[in-house]
Amino acid sequence: MGAVMLSVAGLEVTFRRSGDTVRAVRGVSFDVGRGESFGIVGESGSGKSTVLRAICGLAPTSAGTIGLKGATLSAPRQADFYRAVQMVFQDPYASLHPRHTIDSVLSEPLAIHGFDSPEQRIEQALTEVGLGPEFRFRYPHQLSGGQRQRVAVARALILEPEVLLLDEPTSALDASIQAEVLNLLDRLRSERGLTYIMVSHDLAVVAHMCDRLMVMQNGLAVEELTRSALSAHQATTDYTRKLLSASEGYTKADAP
Amino acid sequence: MTEVSRRDWLLSDRPASRRQAKLGQAYRTWLSFRTNWLAMVGLAIVVALIVVAVFADVIAPYDPVIGGDLRTERFLPPLTDGHLLGTDDLSRDIFSRIVHGSRLTLMVVVLVAVIATPIGLLVGTSAGYFGGWVDTVLMRLTDIFLAFPRLILALAFVAALGPGIENAIIAIAITSWPPYARLARAETLTIRDSDFINAARLQGASSARILWGHVTPLCLSSVIIRVTLDMAGIILTAAGLGFLGLGAQPPQPEWGAMIASGRRFIIDQWWVATMPGIAIFIVSLGFNLLGDGLRDVLDPKARK
Amino acid sequence: MTPLLTVKDLRITFPTRQGETEVVRGVSFTLGRERLGIVGESGSGKSQTGRAILGLTPPPGRATAEVLNFDGTDLRHASPATWRKLRGARMSMVMQDPKFSLNPVMTIGKQLMEALKFGASESRAQARVRALAMLEAVQIRDPERVFRAYPHELSGGMGQRAMIAMMLVTEPDLLIADEPTSALDVTVQIEVLRILDRLVTDRGMGLIFISHDLRLVSSFCDRVLVMYAGQVVEELAARDLAKAQHPYTRGLMNCLPKIAGGQRPLPTLERDAAWAR
Repeated sequence: MGAVMLSVAGLEVTFRRSGDTVRAVRGVSFDVGRGESFGIVGESGSGKSTVLRAICGLAPTSAGTIGLKGATLSAPRQADFYRAVQMVFQDPYASLHPRHTIDSVLSEPLAIHGFDSPEQRIEQALTEVGLGPEFRFRYPHQLSGGQRQRVAVARALILEPEVLLLDEPTSALDASIQAEVLNLLDRLRSERGLTYIMVSHDLAVVAHMCDRLMVMQNGLAVEELTRSALSAHQATTDYTRKLLSASEGYTKADAP
Repeated sequence: MTEVSRRDWLLSDRPASRRQAKLGQAYRTWLSFRTNWLAMVGLAIVVALIVVAVFADVIAPYDPVIGGDLRTERFLPPLTDGHLLGTDDLSRDIFSRIVHGSRLTLMVVVLVAVIATPIGLLVGTSAGYFGGWVDTVLMRLTDIFLAFPRLILALAFVAALGPGIENAIIAIAITSWPPYARLARAETLTIRDSDFINAARLQGASSARILWGHVTPLCLSSVIIRVTLDMAGIILTAAGLGFLGLGAQPPQPEWGAMIASGRRFIIDQWWVATMPGIAIFIVSLGFNLLGDGLRDVLDPKARK
Repeated sequence: MTPLLTVKDLRITFPTRQGETEVVRGVSFTLGRERLGIVGESGSGKSQTGRAILGLTPPPGRATAEVLNFDGTDLRHASPATWRKLRGARMSMVMQDPKFSLNPVMTIGKQLMEALKFGASESRAQARVRALAMLEAVQIRDPERVFRAYPHELSGGMGQRAMIAMMLVTEPDLLIADEPTSALDVTVQIEVLRILDRLVTDRGMGLIFISHDLRLVSSFCDRVLVMYAGQVVEELAARDLAKAQHPYTRGLMNCLPKIAGGQRPLPTLERDAAWAR
């Protein structure tokens, strides 16, 4: 592992809803090296997405620190944080503004951060994610789910970040489209030397995409293991083993 | 460019410029609006109101304020001697007065919409987006305005500022924004935590940019629908103020004031009060039909 | 053995601005008391096929078929009264998201009893016993509590199980499950499948399992129909899936990432316009 890109130490996230306190994340720590691809696996309610949201400042941290390239991040995040860290959301049907054309989706971040030659950058971003320039002036409703997710990836990459946070980027897509988007993400990472943190409920997707992964349950980190350990089924906790066997498909044999 | 190719250009799935994308979107909305004939009737009425108001000088055969011979031309019934809708107690041609009155009606409608809609949108989206104490303060303020009966507040306002159509418009405008603020807030709450707003935040967009560029466009259609549907009520309130003598002042040909002055003769000369009443009815109906039609095309939730 | 359900040349059309669009184009299959999987991408017509069998094609869509026969009843021209007798009692459907299928202002127990009322005639107490037994059968550990609970008080997995209980309490002969588990966590998913499995084996129910997840379908069903662009491109026994002939089926299989490490980049699905003919 090279230099540490992003480090999370003792992260806690607590939500208060009408008197109830929900401890969504309860003391999670991990480091992600530069150029590494790190996965977080868990079921719904495990707090895996909340970790991502806390990193980019969308969820409040009640304890712990998050550091980027050795510097502890402040809340609210500064403008240069958004240049360095971007996110792709789970549902491409919800993450694109229904009244904005692809053109305005892509030109807005450029305008916010004062990038030069926006025309070229937009064309290039579209080409990179495998959409031609003919998509530029379409509205999201004129695109399929996979195309929308490509736009979301283009939007995240147009600010040339170093870290990409991926929140279940393919779980709303068909398996065949999932393969295309995963390949795209894989290619972009090797071309640009990006650092990924990917959250998913699908062990197979994380095993395919990530060098190292962390399993979460009920807001706690249960286990951290490498890809090779996972594919050799060398899980140390019962929960991870249960997840592993469940993701292999249904087995009639172990019916009671 | 021929008709067919222009249509194809508008409906193209792969627009080549910002303009084409925008126009194409508008054209699609228009196509679905066009299928609703009641809405088209409403649109026709509203367009007719605008045309009549613009060309009032050309359309009206007589002066709206200076009447004819007080001995021979008072209370002429409809369809006599070129007086299509008859004349009133001061020998003025009612048709001409209604035509010129359309200007006042249109002015009320436009000014109220221009004043009340932005206030409502700004208050509502800010309250919904920021939440917390901003929300509490803005919404309690809205509640206070909402608690006043509209006509009574307008009356008090006009009483303080003095009667006149301008003061009536201001009074109506400040009493009509609270429902738009509530509507905009409710819409904002449903989209505030959506991922496309989060995505904009993650790009470092400022709150003002998110409110204006992302939240407002989505609240706008429901507010426009509501404003259009409220127009009938606004016209009626303006007419009501005119009727009570607190809106437009004589001899201005305001429709409500015309009914007020005609009510003394309602038994024998029914047309004096009835004709402006019909005009109010038609225009109100037009705005209601238009509003309904707009809701069908703009508000996806109301779609069947 | 006579099949439970026979579908021949099922076609579903939707009117659009450009004219009629056929979303299901001549689907034929028979179903016995077995687990049949229908697999395809979104837009392949798999869900519409399931809905059409229950006569639930959303208007303005129209479904036509040469034969649409359920246990001796011709469904093509079934009257509303016939449908009422069939739906719920003899054939039912489990949808993807329990949130939209359960009545939010009625307790689970009340909804279960409601479903029973249209089934066999029996006393209230008997119905209650059966409802509770059904909740237990779908692996709900505390059936009394769930019986009294409102849908929003249940977690996703619980809600989905309650939903399945409701669909099964009348002991239907045919169950159509449209992505019944894709909103659930993997571990819960397996439990729900176990329940469905037991119902097919123990009660001899016929099950149509609609999903986009070929791996899951192949491990769970007896037979698989693969749909593409409104047509069945391949039909095969689930255990023979590895020997699939059609490039589309093979593509669907290969594009899934594997835990044991697979190809990189993943093989993607090449679509051939000729398949749609």
